[in-house]
Amino acid sequence: MGLFGEIGLALRLLARDWRAGELTLLAMAVVVAVAGVTTVGFFTDRVNQALSRQANQLLGADLVVSADRPLDAQFAVEAKRLGLSVTNMLRFPSMAAGNNQNVLAEIKAVTAGYPQRGELRITDELYTPDRRATTIPAPGTVWVDEKLYTRLQLKPGDVVEVGQSRLPVAAIITQEPDSAIGFINAGPRVMMNQADIAATGLVQVGSRIRYRVQVAGTPSAVDTYRAWVDARLQPGQRVESIQDARPEIRSALDRAEKFLNLAALFSVVLAAVAVALAARRFLQRHLDACAVMRCHGASRGRVLRLYVIQFIALGCAASVVGCIAGLLAQHALALWLGSLVTVELPAAGPMPAIHGFVTGLSLLLGFSLPPLLALGNVPPLRVLRRDIGAPEGMGWLAYALGAAVIGGLIIWKAGELRLGLLVFGGFAAAMLVAGLLAWGVIVAVSQMRSTGVSWRFGIANLRRRRLASVLQVAALGVGVMALLTLTIIRGELLQLWQDSLPPDAPNRFIVNIQKDQIPALEKFFAAQKIAMPELHPMVRARLTRINDRSVSSADYADDRARRLADREFNLSWTTHMQKDNLLVAGKFWNEKPQRSDQFSMEDGIARSLGIKLGDVLTFDSAGSSFAAEVTSLRKVDWDSFNVNFFLVAPPGLLEQQPVSFVTSFYLPPGNVQLLNALVKEFPNFLLIDVAQVLAQVQAMITQVSRAVQFVFLFTLLAGLVVLYAAIASTQDERLYQATIMRTLGASRAQLARANIAEFAVIGALAGLIAAAGANALGYALASRIVNVGYSFSLTVWAVGIACSIVGIAAAGYLGTRQVLQISPLRVLRQLS
Amino acid sequence: MRVANLTKQVNTGDSTLTILRDVSFSIAAGEAVAVVGASGSGKSTLLGLLAGLDTPSSGTIHVDGQDLFALDEDGRAALRARLLGFVFQSFNLLPSMTALENVMLPLELAGTANAAESARELLGRVGLAARLKHYPKQLSGGEQQRVAIARAFVTRPSLLLADEPTGNLDAATGAEIIKLMFELNREQGATLILVTHDAELSQRCGRVLQLAGGILQ
Repeated sequence: MGLFGEIGLALRLLARDWRAGELTLLAMAVVVAVAGVTTVGFFTDRVNQALSRQANQLLGADLVVSADRPLDAQFAVEAKRLGLSVTNMLRFPSMAAGNNQNVLAEIKAVTAGYPQRGELRITDELYTPDRRATTIPAPGTVWVDEKLYTRLQLKPGDVVEVGQSRLPVAAIITQEPDSAIGFINAGPRVMMNQADIAATGLVQVGSRIRYRVQVAGTPSAVDTYRAWVDARLQPGQRVESIQDARPEIRSALDRAEKFLNLAALFSVVLAAVAVALAARRFLQRHLDACAVMRCHGASRGRVLRLYVIQFIALGCAASVVGCIAGLLAQHALALWLGSLVTVELPAAGPMPAIHGFVTGLSLLLGFSLPPLLALGNVPPLRVLRRDIGAPEGMGWLAYALGAAVIGGLIIWKAGELRLGLLVFGGFAAAMLVAGLLAWGVIVAVSQMRSTGVSWRFGIANLRRRRLASVLQVAALGVGVMALLTLTIIRGELLQLWQDSLPPDAPNRFIVNIQKDQIPALEKFFAAQKIAMPELHPMVRARLTRINDRSVSSADYADDRARRLADREFNLSWTTHMQKDNLLVAGKFWNEKPQRSDQFSMEDGIARSLGIKLGDVLTFDSAGSSFAAEVTSLRKVDWDSFNVNFFLVAPPGLLEQQPVSFVTSFYLPPGNVQLLNALVKEFPNFLLIDVAQVLAQVQAMITQVSRAVQFVFLFTLLAGLVVLYAAIASTQDERLYQATIMRTLGASRAQLARANIAEFAVIGALAGLIAAAGANALGYALASRIVNVGYSFSLTVWAVGIACSIVGIAAAGYLGTRQVLQISPLRVLRQLS
Repeated sequence: MRVANLTKQVNTGDSTLTILRDVSFSIAAGEAVAVVGASGSGKSTLLGLLAGLDTPSSGTIHVDGQDLFALDEDGRAALRARLLGFVFQSFNLLPSMTALENVMLPLELAGTANAAESARELLGRVGLAARLKHYPKQLSGGEQQRVAIARAFVTRPSLLLADEPTGNLDAATGAEIIKLMFELNREQGATLILVTHDAELSQRCGRVLQLAGGILQ
């Protein structure tokens, strides 16, 4: 028979096994695993594609040079010389007021020709058809986005105050190419003509202005220009082109993708357990088929080929179904992450499906090949001698192959060997701990004497199938634990953290206070009968050298350190250490410091940048440089919401630098008039509402954890498949037992109770392990990250255990119901 | 078929157990032979060797002029596919396949065209035309054995081996099965070798080989 004939026969055999229900579990396990992996894959692929395809639209140009100080005129001159079109832009945060309200907005001041790439769309009134903008805002007018328009409850023709200017709104922006970051809710937008910027009075010391030169033109000219720029780039200046495609989003997405992928692998690992169980059962049930085929003249190789073809076909079919499920599920994921992802997502590409296929096939074959190879070894003599049992599987080799497949998948998804091995070790350790725990409790429970016959019988079942019970408990426990952590523990931690804040903790920050405004501000607070809060001086400067080594972001692997090396630090001076700081090394100066050239640095940041006590740091602020030695390290309690600085110096070092002031205070709720009055009198101030920022952060955490929960839902599903695989692998034994019990006079209800008792114990154990694990995780998070005291959560134990008992007992009862409905006579005849 | 000096020994720990000792006989084409003997006399072992499912400690078996044990297991499998049909005491039907599919299987393995048609015809011949789509567990013992007989004859084997074909059936059903088997055997002109301890059944065969303690009487 040719290859095609062989495949045809294998497929027919596959169809028969499928119809007889022999393959359902194997297929289900593969479907769940592939669906989990492809959900993440499809979603991140769409976002990645959006980033690459819309790269130049996201940039608004072909290449952007940006800096936190005005860029030298030669950047524009050279671009024009190369025949490139050039526009300038200033971006910075500022208060925008209108209609007796104010809001922290993102100001964008543009010049004619913007945007060079992508589309800027505007409309005259909310919810009316928009049109492509062919100009920029005319001098003396602004365009605002829908967010600002609604936040300030504007009407057509209303005036918006920005700094000292009052500018009428001429249009509403509906779509803008280089919208803030695309992933994080950006502040409301005000777009204005650069000609109006001087009049606002907002460009001054301490303003957080980002200056941009944007160019567009032929690719070769852009390349030439980029080479020219690269050679002249100063610290604090950055060049970004289409190829760079928003590196900050890329790296955030890469990390998110890695994390979600590894989360999805949780379900793959559990599915592997199910596949291993189901494959063993398949082997047991196909011994006769193999013997009969051998007897009818099929060679060993032929039998093996037929089964391998069957399994490959099964793996492919299940992977297709898994991919389709993943494709549907990722829509839900995109929906849940909705407002985090503001870019239009294109359709997913084929790569995630291919990844899903590789995962599905290697999972299925990795765990079923060893039993299949054993199946080829069934001696044909078994047709005469039923006592010839299953041939020896490949023992440890079978598990080694499976473990290698899982390890390979994890390392592949982690993208690097070290992380992969770490996660693999973590998985193995978690399963081992859960397994040992389950083992111990099952042994303990089975020692208990009980009077109820059903209960005793159920427990006896657990004990007899100890290994299978442990697997079920561990698999389900891990799934439930992940969900408990993401729901209850997360909520409790947030609540704890909020409760830990004193009720009168500062809830407003004022940034950008100029030296000459201080007397007026004091007068303002006195008039409002609010104690004048402490003002902290602030100097913005760039770290240029550590000892003799010049600082470059390229020297650091860590993201935070790279960012810090790239941007300006906020430095301050003080005579005393703040109350919420804790000295961890060195000595803080007293009221009369002996020398002024010293720094006290925040401990965490020092570690990120590799700075030690005694290092000399050189800074550059607006062209002048100063240096001092790190003489102490502090820990800072950021949760206090007091103004704090990474770096402080004693008086005398920084006073010569351009300085602005910053403060925080507690504003009783409802006192909005004070804010409006403050913005009116000091239009250059930036008012930051802590509650609003917190709400935004929380909304983001909620959305992200929803997405992660969604992925862990597959883990729970995989756990259920393990449960069913374990039930199926004992089905014949259960039938036989039930028959004997029935023959001896046990009622159906008694048998049902015995089954429910067995699964209720499995559920209780899984819940116990899940609650213990979730609590341990909560404790670790509380003490390491949130810094609050965490006591054991009763809710987690109650909800975790109750839900697992009910859910798993119900699932187990449904899975074994069939055993109860068969007539004893029939079963005895079948089994004899 | 020629059997010469066939001996089968198995090692059980430190002692060696002899199941068949120096058995020799020949069977002509178209003959019907019964192998009888008490439990443990070596009947099933002999049948396993005749089918090439097991290898002897010494001795030879020639089937259709071919030395069975000069072939390797795959070679013997090919020979079985070409020449042999089986009926077993425990039926050995595959639970995940319908009656029709069980009968089709040998034809499918051989790559024969019209497997379904031939199988359907033969199932009709054994009186199961209405039970084609039934699974083994939905059939009675007698019906299951009839499916097994159809499966044995569907390849038109020249040698049919049957191991206690009525062992799991009541007397009346067993008699029907035997009748059916001999009818088909006659129709197809096959050689029949039958292992049984049913005296009545052995009387219907042309020749009886009596085994006792592994020795041919």
